[in-house]
Amino acid sequence: MEGTGYMKIAVALIPLLPLLGFIVTLLFGKRWGKHAHIFPVAMVTISAVLSVYGFEWAFRHQEETFVWNAFTWIAAGQFTVPWGFQVDTLTGVMLLVVGVIGMLVHYYSIGYMHGDEGYYRFFAYLNLFMFAMFVLILADSYLLLFLGWEGVGLCSYLLISFWFRKKSASQAGKKAFIVNRVGDFGFTLAMFAIFVATGTLQFTGVFEAAEKGEIAPSLMTWICLLLFTGAIGKSAQFPLHVWLPDAMEGPTPVSALIHAATMVNAGVYMVARSYPLFIQSDTAMTVVMVVGIFTSIFAAYIAITQNDIKKVIAYSTISSLGLMFVALGAGAWVAGIFYLFAHGFFKGLMFLCSGSVIHAMGGEQDMRKMGGLRKKIPITFWTMLIGALSMVGVIPFAGFWAKDEILGATFIDGYYLVWAVGLLIVLLTGIYVFRLIFLTFFGENRSDAEVQAHIHESPPVMTVPLILLSIPALGLGLLVGVPPESGWLHGFLEPVFFDLEHEPFTWIGEGGALMGVSLVLALVGIAIAWWLYMRQTDVPGRIAERVPWAYKASLNKVYMDDIYAVVPVGATLGFAGWLWTFVDAKIIDGAVNGIALLWGWIGDRLRPIQTGRVQNYALYVFGGMIALVVVLAWVWGS
Amino acid sequence: MNALYWWLLLSFLLFCIGAFGVLARRNVILVVMSLEIMLNAVNLALVATANFRAGAKGAGTLFALFIIVLAAAEVTVGLAIVIANYRNRRTVQTDTFDELKG
Repeated sequence: MEGTGYMKIAVALIPLLPLLGFIVTLLFGKRWGKHAHIFPVAMVTISAVLSVYGFEWAFRHQEETFVWNAFTWIAAGQFTVPWGFQVDTLTGVMLLVVGVIGMLVHYYSIGYMHGDEGYYRFFAYLNLFMFAMFVLILADSYLLLFLGWEGVGLCSYLLISFWFRKKSASQAGKKAFIVNRVGDFGFTLAMFAIFVATGTLQFTGVFEAAEKGEIAPSLMTWICLLLFTGAIGKSAQFPLHVWLPDAMEGPTPVSALIHAATMVNAGVYMVARSYPLFIQSDTAMTVVMVVGIFTSIFAAYIAITQNDIKKVIAYSTISSLGLMFVALGAGAWVAGIFYLFAHGFFKGLMFLCSGSVIHAMGGEQDMRKMGGLRKKIPITFWTMLIGALSMVGVIPFAGFWAKDEILGATFIDGYYLVWAVGLLIVLLTGIYVFRLIFLTFFGENRSDAEVQAHIHESPPVMTVPLILLSIPALGLGLLVGVPPESGWLHGFLEPVFFDLEHEPFTWIGEGGALMGVSLVLALVGIAIAWWLYMRQTDVPGRIAERVPWAYKASLNKVYMDDIYAVVPVGATLGFAGWLWTFVDAKIIDGAVNGIALLWGWIGDRLRPIQTGRVQNYALYVFGGMIALVVVLAWVWGS
Repeated sequence: MNALYWWLLLSFLLFCIGAFGVLARRNVILVVMSLEIMLNAVNLALVATANFRAGAKGAGTLFALFIIVLAAAEVTVGLAIVIANYRNRRTVQTDTFDELKG
């Protein structure tokens, strides 16, 4: 449907205001000093209000899709891509997540980044990120989506290496950017294939062609797999997950906004958006599910032994993203988006809380040096507890309903192995999340006396966003996800995922039993964490001694970074080094210098001719003259 | 063999003597003198040819006259340079003039 007036203005302004905020703040922010946040935060606030309006529009027009082609972006012969925006219910959900969390993170950053020398730069980058993310979710073509996709990647790079004077931060930024390039390579190939097959990159055209069966099944599988490669990079799935834990070098609000709540969900969103393509390829769907479940258990295993509070949450994010892909791959599309929705809030909350903890501890991130913070920073403690319970999946928190729906879908569809692994993930999640809670907030404080004296609750500008985020982390599931399989969100997203089959959920019976199992396992996980880290605190060490290989593998992230350091990175560096020291220095420089040396050598040999005596020169002239005469005589004579 | 042949042979021999002097002598004055011999060898050839070949009479003599005038001017300038050079160096030996060597 062609958009109505107000909606057009709103959709135009949603990305434009943060872009304006970015440009203006970058130009004048330095002069504003510690007031640099006012303008960009105002821009994002208006943008967030407008995105809530966009969501509300989708709410009122569930069967319609708002489409607005602002202008022709690219026109080359038969190929045209308009700068077009679309809003349907899926976009509406994403608008809500990005707008609201983005705004809250901006407010939080005012407190968290206070006094930083790059204060204005931080807000400028955050605004640029909001612009790119809005473009990504509003885009009505793969190419415009890709523009946003690369834009958020750029902002991710800029913000990870925000404290670029720190070597590890600039390295982490580079790593995120380069690893994402690998995934983007797949995405671009997928776009080429889509264009060759359908002649367009706009969603409506591509999906119509797909539904008419104009894309051959084998090509469809390749397109889906290549699209998924892009998603693997952006959403940090195995084997391209390595950048996300390192991305924690960035300021914590960045981790919350970009690396938990929004950007990393872009891969999930893109796969969900490509729903009409993926449902035609069982192979691709299976690959999505297998990669998802493997990543999820893999990351959960690593998360158990990490000591950096942000690393634990980073690995749990990878694990959660894996679960979303399991949902998509298993055909539980709505459950996947539901989990994305809930995860955005509770994981954003967890990160902001960890930022508040780090703020209180004066920059300390090692959980072994924390402890006993419950009484000292009560607001952070309670909000983080809500986030943790939601994350682990305890009834009635948001995470419970979403996670349970995914697991239920795998069981009902007959993927029993995936379901069993999923239960194991629930157990591990319970253990590592509450290991974090117990180590951080309970027991005795293990930091220096000087640090202890300075522990303080964060200012209201930081705690209020925490409280606001804890509300959806607590109640979102009850609001939109109950009863499972047919909650409000299912009806809302049905126009997008039009082909889903529904089985009515049974509280008493299979559905209820599955729910009970996952709830019990989550509680068992929490209990194990309590037993290990509150009662028998010597047991974890003994376990580590008993199975040192398992402990070390987990602590060292299953050596993925070391493998990468040898295979692709080492090989590339070696090859580049060879190109430099041999091909460039020897062959190319050798040829250039060799030619110069050759002429130098010849010149040197010719120097003695120039005696400076005029008579010698006259002799040459004379000799040349005679030679000329002889030659001419010979030519004419014959 | 007509008479022109002998005149031209004489002219050739004079030219060679002059050229040898220009190339081989080390005294600048002698080099300039050898140059004059070369010019006069050419003059001789021109005049002889003009005398024995009908139709070329006027032109050959005229060229010879031009060359005599030019030679006079050339000697004036040349000897002036020789004297100026002698004032600087106190020598007229050509093998010492090698400042322009590469």
